[in-house]
Amino acid sequence: MITVLYFARLREALGLSQEQIAVADGAMTVASLMQLLAARGAVWQQEFAGCRLVRAAVNQTLVADNATINAGDEVAFFPPVTGG
Amino acid sequence: MSAPASLTVRVQLEDFDAGAEINRLRLSRSDTGAVVAFVGQVRDLNDGDQVSAMTLEHYPGMTEKSLEQILQQAQQRWDFFDALVVHRIGRLQASDQIVLVVVSGAHRGEAFSACEFIMDYLKTEAPFWKKEETATGERWVEAKASDNESKQRWSNNAPK
Repeated sequence: MITVLYFARLREALGLSQEQIAVADGAMTVASLMQLLAARGAVWQQEFAGCRLVRAAVNQTLVADNATINAGDEVAFFPPVTGG
Repeated sequence: MSAPASLTVRVQLEDFDAGAEINRLRLSRSDTGAVVAFVGQVRDLNDGDQVSAMTLEHYPGMTEKSLEQILQQAQQRWDFFDALVVHRIGRLQASDQIVLVVVSGAHRGEAFSACEFIMDYLKTEAPFWKKEETATGERWVEAKASDNESKQRWSNNAPK
């Protein structure tokens, strides 16, 4: 299992702040997880099929789409940051 | 032998006292010759609309870690003594303080550069998101391309 977190505009659009998803160790990348989420259709497809900019973090570190995901990881998706 | 630099990060709901924080860094060691500080605050105008308030969201854990990494990166590039970042979260009104960066050092040059670098990286890497309240409702602030350009300029400068 992995924990997936959603933040800010993305959290509101999806109506979800976190969920657990079953994945086999090393069998998934950030890109393939995004494909899996996009395949849920509707708003998920709008947010994860590539039309909107989404940043990803694995275990609280920003990563590129080709980063590997392992069981137990905390994966987060969020829009480009706007602090400061 | 001088004390090792102290890097401090705080993410908090409460307001901060910029003067008190500046004094703390100013007096932390007697070979300090320069203290540079930046305060960011809420504007009542953005993209042509009146903004009455905003709410700042963050990613507990990652935000603090990200700010600590930014301070460490700055420390690898410039010789300064201490650096502090305080960033607020929650609901803020116009003219409320959002962020404070203070850098102390022997001379102003390195402290100025480090302070600017820290803000440029904070704006593009630290997980914070602003949601504005305007007369027509709430809206998430979009990231600006100019913030990424500000960050890019540091990639041409070699570390110390």
